[in-house]
Amino acid sequence: MTTDQRVLLAGIAEGEALVLEEPISFWGGVDSASGHIIDQRHPQAGSSVAGRVLVMSHGKGSSSASSVLAECLRLGTGPAAIVLDHGDQILLAGALVAGELYDRSCPIVVVASIAGFESGRRYRVDADGVRAVV
Amino acid sequence: MAPLALSDSDQAMLSGEGTGAEQIAMRILVSVAEALGAAELLDISGAHIDSCLFHGMAGLEFAERLVDERGQVAVPTTLNVTSLDLLHPELNRGDTDHAPEAARLVAAYEALGGRATWTCAPYQLEDRPAFGAQVAWGESNAIVFANSVLGARTERYGDFTDVCAAITGRAPAVGLHLDAGRRGGIIFELVDVPASVAESDALFPVLGHLIGYEAGQRIPVIVGLEAATEDQLKALGAGAASSGAVAMFHAVGITPEAPTLEEALGGRVDVARMTITAEDLTRARDDLSTVATGPLGAVALGTPHASVAELDRIAGLFGSQRVAPTIECSVNTGRDVLAASSAGDALLGAGVEIVTDTCTYLKPIMSVEQGQVVMTDSAKWAYYAPANIGAQVVFGSTEDCVASAIAGEITRFDRWWHDN
Repeated sequence: MTTDQRVLLAGIAEGEALVLEEPISFWGGVDSASGHIIDQRHPQAGSSVAGRVLVMSHGKGSSSASSVLAECLRLGTGPAAIVLDHGDQILLAGALVAGELYDRSCPIVVVASIAGFESGRRYRVDADGVRAVV
Repeated sequence: MAPLALSDSDQAMLSGEGTGAEQIAMRILVSVAEALGAAELLDISGAHIDSCLFHGMAGLEFAERLVDERGQVAVPTTLNVTSLDLLHPELNRGDTDHAPEAARLVAAYEALGGRATWTCAPYQLEDRPAFGAQVAWGESNAIVFANSVLGARTERYGDFTDVCAAITGRAPAVGLHLDAGRRGGIIFELVDVPASVAESDALFPVLGHLIGYEAGQRIPVIVGLEAATEDQLKALGAGAASSGAVAMFHAVGITPEAPTLEEALGGRVDVARMTITAEDLTRARDDLSTVATGPLGAVALGTPHASVAELDRIAGLFGSQRVAPTIECSVNTGRDVLAASSAGDALLGAGVEIVTDTCTYLKPIMSVEQGQVVMTDSAKWAYYAPANIGAQVVFGSTEDCVASAIAGEITRFDRWWHDN
């Protein structure tokens, strides 16, 4: 699937999608040690973002989310890539710093709609677009 | 989309003519600005940095890298809470594994030139931004307060971007920095709200919690609030920025850019409209509690940091009574507010623990055990404490929180809880 998209952070990654039913704040929402969703109000609490193509509408909540995403990427518990349907500079800053300090890549793209993405399916994300590799 | 146009001095920093820290900061800022579709960067007159709260080695190593690369803030910069009470180190309990790293982070941000304010409520400081000032603030509740209540202009800056803006004195000219980005996008109209709800101080955090869920990335415009103090608007904004991504709201007739609904919408028509009834509010209120009742372990006040007026009010509510010996009651505040307050001795005399520089939901500052019931008047505390410190939360009005602290058990006088 290739849709109208905008690259926030270039890179190439592949992984199983985790499509979030509701937005999440990495801070208070994701445990950097394990990559698990720990926000008990979130319908997917207990799921892991580690190595996944994380698909969600937008980030929310605390501005500390950048630090937590960077720490997840440092520890290898972060997502392989992030697909949003609204730009989010808080997540972008976290991924940029992980790139700056640890050379860790986490491409971030904004698509017109995340409606077509399915959890569990594998997707390949690259700087030029989002393509599903079935 | 037009490419990002950099000024000569932006370009000089980017190419390494300044310090190494300026180059790193400008590189990150340019990536963020390009991603946001900014046409240019603009000058800021101040910054509030959230990155000084320890979340792991990545944040520490970034700050120390900036220090090593001779980083200095270019504009007056305040610092957000840390994970330690620096004034009252005896209060730092429990998991202090990362205390040395948190202290290194504090030292790094002081070395970068940040002011040791250690508060999530920099808008309570004397030299807060004026109406229309362009700033770069981190900390979600501070961002929403700056935009909505002060009429200052900041985007929703996350950790790292905040310090990059402070070091370069620049920010991407997008979103909430520009007139077009500040127009309301969804109307919330309060209808038939009975006096028992309208008169409860719990209305504001609950309303914030509700609109945060519903607004998405749109700027909420609230219609139907009669009046509100700065502290009430603080509670509303903090709630909305926890349950959602709200970085600005308008309250018609109250906030400075919303004298009328038309002005809040900035000429926009066909804006989504939601009515909010007493039933909706009661549902949102009950969503803030993880348990309805239970043996009370502690009472947590002052999230975001209590103002001088709030410290006075809490001290007044205690009067000559004390916190029950079976429980703990704490209030978070900023060190500058505490220094300016005359309520400190009365609060300590009533057995209240005054916590500065941090917040009781961040780390086990109170001796709250897993699953213990804590009562709070803050939507933000209620939202984050269960995941962060494993507390069960009972939400209530400030008055009921104090009454419960005195009784040592959950006590409800607020009419909202009796009528609904």
